[in-house]
Order: sequence, then structure tokens, then C-alpha cells
Amino acid sequence: MTKQVKQIDRVVIRFAGDSGDGMQLTGDRFTSETATFGNDLSTLPNFPAEIRAPAGTLPGVSSFQLHFADHDILTPGDAPTVLVAMNPAALKANIRDLPRGAEIIVNTDEFSKRAMAKVGYATNPLEDGSLDAYNIHAVPLTTLTVDSLAEFDISKKDAERAKNMFALGLLSWLYHRPTESTIAFLKKKFAKLPVIAEANVAAFKAGWNFGETTEGFAVSYEIAPAKLPSGTYRNITGNLALSYGLVAAGQRAQLPVYLGSYPITPASDILHELSKHKNFDVRTFQAEDEIAGIGAALGASFGGALGVTTTSGPGVALKSEAIGLAVSLELPLLIVDVQRGGPSTGLPTKTEQSDLLQAMFGRNGEAPVPIVAPRTAGDCFDAAIEAARIALKYRTPVFLLSDGYLANGSEPWRIPAVDDLPDLRVEFATEPNHELEDGSKVFWPYKRDEETLARPWAVPGTAGLEHRIGGIEKADGTGAINYEPANHDFMVRIRQAKVDGIAKDIEPLEVDDPTGDAKVLVVGWGSTYGPIAAGVRRVRGQGGKVAQAHFRHLNPFPANTAEVLKKYDKVIVPEMNLGQLALLLRGKYLVDAIAYNQVRGLPFKAEELAGVIQEVIESV
Amino acid sequence: MKDFKSDQEVRWCPGCGDYAILAAVQGFLPELGLRKENIVFISGIGCSSRFPYYMNTFGMHSIHGRAPAIATGLASSRQDLSVWVVTGDGDALSIGGNHLIHALRRNVNLKILLFNNRIYGLTKGQYSPTSETGKVTKSTPLGSLDHPFNPVSLAIGAEATFVARTIDSDRKHLTSVLREAAAHPGTALVEIYQNCNIFNDGAFDQLKDPDTRDDVTIRLEHGQPIKFGKDLQFGVVRGAAGSLDVAEVAQVGEDALVVHDAHAENPELAFALSRLGDLTSNYHTPIGVFRNVERPVYDTLMADQLAADTTARGTGDLASLIAGNDTWTIA
Repeated sequence: MTKQVKQIDRVVIRFAGDSGDGMQLTGDRFTSETATFGNDLSTLPNFPAEIRAPAGTLPGVSSFQLHFADHDILTPGDAPTVLVAMNPAALKANIRDLPRGAEIIVNTDEFSKRAMAKVGYATNPLEDGSLDAYNIHAVPLTTLTVDSLAEFDISKKDAERAKNMFALGLLSWLYHRPTESTIAFLKKKFAKLPVIAEANVAAFKAGWNFGETTEGFAVSYEIAPAKLPSGTYRNITGNLALSYGLVAAGQRAQLPVYLGSYPITPASDILHELSKHKNFDVRTFQAEDEIAGIGAALGASFGGALGVTTTSGPGVALKSEAIGLAVSLELPLLIVDVQRGGPSTGLPTKTEQSDLLQAMFGRNGEAPVPIVAPRTAGDCFDAAIEAARIALKYRTPVFLLSDGYLANGSEPWRIPAVDDLPDLRVEFATEPNHELEDGSKVFWPYKRDEETLARPWAVPGTAGLEHRIGGIEKADGTGAINYEPANHDFMVRIRQAKVDGIAKDIEPLEVDDPTGDAKVLVVGWGSTYGPIAAGVRRVRGQGGKVAQAHFRHLNPFPANTAEVLKKYDKVIVPEMNLGQLALLLRGKYLVDAIAYNQVRGLPFKAEELAGVIQEVIESV
Repeated sequence: MKDFKSDQEVRWCPGCGDYAILAAVQGFLPELGLRKENIVFISGIGCSSRFPYYMNTFGMHSIHGRAPAIATGLASSRQDLSVWVVTGDGDALSIGGNHLIHALRRNVNLKILLFNNRIYGLTKGQYSPTSETGKVTKSTPLGSLDHPFNPVSLAIGAEATFVARTIDSDRKHLTSVLREAAAHPGTALVEIYQNCNIFNDGAFDQLKDPDTRDDVTIRLEHGQPIKFGKDLQFGVVRGAAGSLDVAEVAQVGEDALVVHDAHAENPELAFALSRLGDLTSNYHTPIGVFRNVERPVYDTLMADQLAADTTARGTGDLASLIAGNDTWTIA
């Protein structure tokens, strides 16, 4: 039987199962196959904070959503058009996100009375008609997997565990994905257990063959590769791109990188990644706590390294005093905050962008810190380099605000040429920089560069430049302890002026306003770029006129910000917080910004933002 | 000594024990033969933590309790430097207790000078984590309820490789301990009994008063039987359940005396010695080097890992790192 092949332009698949079902791995593999195939893609992993929540329960459901297309896309998709549900909990937890007509592939083996009762299904939803609006593919995934592995000398449990690979094989058939990379991956992953490796490969192939032969799937789909700008691509998550950005920053600055960090979700992967790259002169120090992490990074910066600390919101709270010290010492330091839901422990594995005001103001005294935020997973690479550039040039701590969505989500990334990356080399002070009245030459640690207002970076080991710095207020120039009113007033203002002056040295805020006569502007920052841009596209597709601008620098704002904002009648600010950027824009530019806010631990949906934009356009 | 004096006016209270320690440090540093640009003093917050400002070396006066963490970052990235931490009983044992024990267990190449005056000075006289129970201070009008830390016991418990105690007023002893600490590869903790003449004057008088000091102070010397007293009439002997006792030599005989072994791998003797000494009366307080053993130094281990990885895989190539193994090309 020759099966029908349909050409489609995009698909959104969600794999959902128990935390222990291997859904993240399945999603990762499908993503990798899709990337290799050349589709544009965007992913959204979503998993509980517990490592293994009780099996078969709603809180234990882990999912991985993937949007891929033959054109460039911006988000992981508003709603899945295909759901793979490995058990009743996965079905129940995800069904309300599905549009009518969506395809659902369910593992019927897990639909026992007990398992269904556990999540509140009184009757079998596969039989009671409640899913009539969907295309159900009832597949006994576990049985089929175990049967296909009958000849392997492995336990029944091990055979059952390969069911995610059976499902992956089936989906790979359904969407014509290349399989070589997954087979190679499995052989490498289970290199020490060849039987398990072979069994997983066999399950994967069995899933593919099942698709080809079963009558349950009459149609398979082709999604042509996307026409992205020319170049060499790879798939990358935000945390990986950010890690590479840090390594690249050290290389381009010709400085050792020193990461002082304490494990915290969702930032730990950066520590894991950097610890693998010691041959790039990267030191990683897993500290006893968050404070020691930043302390060690700052100590290394004092010694002439690019000091970095990585954390999430609760960690920033603990580091605040040390960030203030870095402001006072005027040493380069990167503080990477991979934001998650708050306050307190909040939602460790879910995304939010509610640390903007913490980064902006969360210290005692007047302690300005520049803030840079990446907009996509791949952009985490460039944003890390930009944050390092500012830190090194201006001798200041810099916040890099990523978030859980960027950290774990992935997208195709055009690999940059190393020679095109910015040159971040710095000059350490080597000689006295000041002449006293008696003609003697001395070193003044707080004598500033006239243009950047940065102070000299004189590292220990430099003869003749011995000096002391500290968190106590210091005299302009000499850096000696000084409590005089006029001096403190001057020092507070000059530290602020230094940070404000960075506005001259960053890209202006770019506005995307194709018709040039939009009356409504949507502004955002960070990871909302994708959903906002997708929402804007929808509005424009329906003839609406809307301009979009997205902040990469949040402190200072680009020099043209006021000019941009006042050109529009209405300014909408969508954020995954309760209006933090909106507050800053209102305060600084007296603009009547319309805040649109959600804190659900998930990225915005494009359709919903399109609706919000449309409504404002209609009100003008 | 002039070499190591900075141009800053020293601002401790007249009569403070800190002056003597500063003079001793400035006096002994030249004998190390180090260039002053290769020496760094890092401190936290408190009276003692002003110390770096008065040294003509590199220095950082940081934030409360965090000096060991900051110094760890510096020392582990710059093996060429001699890094010193100056801290007090509040800074090191209260707000910074966590960083102290972790620096000690890691054996980072730091020399930690813990000025212990058993009081908070800079905040004007509250009890500290080394104040004796029942101490009446501004924050404890009816006496403190806290059981004090014994810094030497704590450090040995944290598996420090070098632990010593000395006294601000005994320049010769202080200098000899500093010398040994400086020579130690790894973390050296030196507790220095330091008099705060404003808020806790006379806290260590029994150890200083010519009439009492010899009968109160136990001077430890590696390899020697532990004897003390004006006429060396007292000695330290094994007591019950691993403890040590003080006895009259005439009664127990020379052979019963414990011989001090600072180099013993097993910290049992050093710990038992640290339990001698009454923190209220100061009676039978051992001073000197309790423990001095070798263990791989954190900074060296870290540098070795970098070197080994670079040897094994070659110097990293950024272009191939960021490209990874799974790419595709769009024309």
C-alpha cells in the first residue's frame, strides 16, 4: 500500500508523559532531526521542579513542545496540532491546550482503570466520546515496544523504557525526519551498555516501521526545509549559546574567564558547560553559596580575569551586597540571571521576566548597573559578548538577564565567524598615571578616563601600582577613604554618569515599522521578542498597522528611546511580569505606556498578543 | 618595614591591639623576600578589616564576612600572588562562618589572620561569637546566652591544614607564627588574641600579666614534650576519653608528658589541645602551631586541571567549539 504524503508548511508537536518517560530526550532528538533536515524551529520544554514526581499524576507530567516550519518562525507555537500522550495524566494535563481537530497519539497500554482514576477520569476518554473533536490514534506503544524487543536479552522493564524511542520512530516516520543522527546518538549514549543501545535503536526503527505499515496512519507529512539566510547552522539552546558567548568573550578579550557559581535552576547548565572548557583558560568554581560564587568571581576580576557569576532570581537576592561592592570597586563583572518565576522559590523550572527591577534597583545606595537582555536562544551568544564588552570597557558589573524559556528552548543558530566577533581586548594599567605638585609620579586608582569615565584596571603583580580599594566611599582620584559631603555627592553622580554614558556606545533602538505610519508601537525586552514579533506579523497579515521595537539594553536605555516613544500615539508593553519595563518607561519618559502582563510561567501566545494589539489599534 | 607602610593615617583607637599586629606584619614581611606588588591583603568588615589600607601592597577592603570567598577567587586564579585575609571574630565566625570553613577544607593558598577580641568593636560593643557565655554587653544587658566558638577547634574540625594561635602583645611569638604560616602551602589560619581596650579591655590579661602568664600559657613546640609554668613545673598528659589534662610534672614524671606533633595526619591531638584553655579565665591556653600538615593546594589542583586538559585536547579552538558536531549549511 502506498500511503498518501501531504505537503504542509508547519507543525506544532507536543510530547507529553511522566517525568520518567524520557519526554525531554524524545523532544531533543526530534528537534535535532528537524534541525538537521533544515526546518526553522522553536522549542518549549516544560517540566516539573521535582526530579521524579509521583508516577501517573498531573504534577508529574513533563512535556516538550516543538514548532517547525518551511519558513522562519518566532515561537514554539501557541497550540500543539499534534499531541503525543504517554499516559492518562499527560492527556488530561494537555488536552485543553489543543484546538479541535488536533491529532492525538495515545499510549493505550497506560489507560488502566487505576491510572485513569488517579487523574480523575471516571470513564475511559478514548471510548466515552469526550474526544470526538480530535483525531485519536490509539496505539499500544508499550506492548508494541516490548514485542519488538523480544529477541533482546534485557529485562521487561528495560524494554518498556524504550517506548519513548518507539514513539520517536513513529513521529519521525510521520514527518519524514532523517534518522541517522538519532541512531548515532543512541549508540553513543549507551556506549557502555551495547545491548541497551541496540534495543533502543531497534525500538526506534520499530516505531518507524509501525508507521509505515499500520492502517492507523494513512497519511504522512512533508515540511520542506526553510529558506533561512545563507550560512552554516546548528541547533542551540539559550544556556548553551550563553556559555559559548562567555567563552568567546574571554577569547576575544584575551583574558582568562573565572566563573564563580552555585547550582540553581535554570542556570546550572551554564556552570556544567563552562566546566568542560578548561582548555580555553576557563576556570569554574562551584562555591559554597551564592555569595561566595560572586565573591570569588569578583576576586578573580581584581586579579585580571573576566569574572562571571551565574544564577537565578533568588541567587541575585543573595548576591546583592557583593554587586554593590563591585559597583564601588568599579571592576568588570558579569552577573548572569536566568530568570524564573518568583517571588522566593517560586516556579523554579518555569519562565518569567520579573527580575528587571531587582537588577535595576536591588541594592542599597545609588548603585547603577548596566543591564543587557538577549531576545532569542541564539541571541544569548551575542548578548553575553555585549555584556562582557560593557563590563570590560567601563569597569563595571553588568547584568545579563536571560530567562527559563530562552535557557531551555532551542532554535537554529547561524554560526558566526570568530573573526567577526568584537575585539574585547583591554589595557591594564602599567605605570603611574598622576603627577603630584612636587613632580613625583603616583598611581591614582580612581583617576578616570575622560571619555568613558572608567578607572584604570591595575592588577596585583604590577610594580609601583600597589593600591587599596574597598566598599567605603573613596576620594575622587586617589581612592583614599573619604567621608566628605561634597566628595560623596560627586562620586555618586560620577558613577551614575559613567553608566548613563554607555548610551552613547550602544546601538540605537531599532523600530520595525514597514509602512512608516503606524500609530501603535509595541515594545518589549528579553524573551518576549518571538511572541511579540509573531503577534505583530498576524496583525499586519490582517492589514493592521503596528510598529515593533525591542530593548537589548535596559540600563541605560538607547539614546534615541525618547524620540522613538513619542512618535506613537499608543505604546504597548507586553511583559511576563506585572509591568516592570512599563514602570521604567513611564518614569523616565513620561509615556502613558499600556502594560499587558502575564505571569503564568509560560511564554506569551502570538494570537493573544495579536488580539491585544488589534484592540489598541482600534481604540486609536 | 617602611616599605610596607602605606601613606594612610592609621585610624584605630589609641591603645588598640591592632597596632601591634600591624607593626609585626609590616616588620616581618620583608623577610619573605616577596616583591610587594605580589602581596595582596583582603579583608571584610570590622575594626581589623581596615588593615589593608595601612599596607603598601595591593589590597581590598570588601564586605562583611566575604573576604575568604573573594580571596579564594583571587588566589585560585593567580598562583603567583601571596594572598592574605585579615578578619575578626565577628567577620570570620559569625557573618562569614560559611566562607571560612569552606576555604579551610579546600586548602586554598590563603593566610588568614583572625583578630579575636571577643567583642564587636566597630558597632560599639555587642557580644561576638567568641564572647564568653553570660557576657554583659549593650545587646545583652542580662548576659549573653550564646555558647562561644573556639576558633582553633572550629578550624581543626573543618580539616584546616594549618592552625595556630598567638597574642598581639607577644611580638616575638606572633612573628614566629606568621613566619610558619607564610611558609605553609595551603590555607593557614592564625588566631590572634587581640585586645580591644575600649569595649573588652583586658580580655587576655592573664596571658599577658608577668605574674600569671607563664602559669597560664601553654607554648606549643613541635616535637617537644608539652611543658609550661614559671619553672616548667606543669605538663600536658593524656586524660580520659581522648581528652588532655594538665598535671604537675613532679607528680606524673617527664615520660608521661604528651609530645607535641603538629605534623600528625590525625587531628586528634591538635583538637584535644584546642580544648584545653578556659575561654573565660584563659587558664591553660595553648599558643603556637596546633596543626601543620600538607595536603594538595586548591589553586594548584585547579591550575593542574587546566594544564592537563590543554595538554590532552590542545588549546581550545573557538570556531570548532561553537560549531559543534551537528551542523547544516544553507546556500
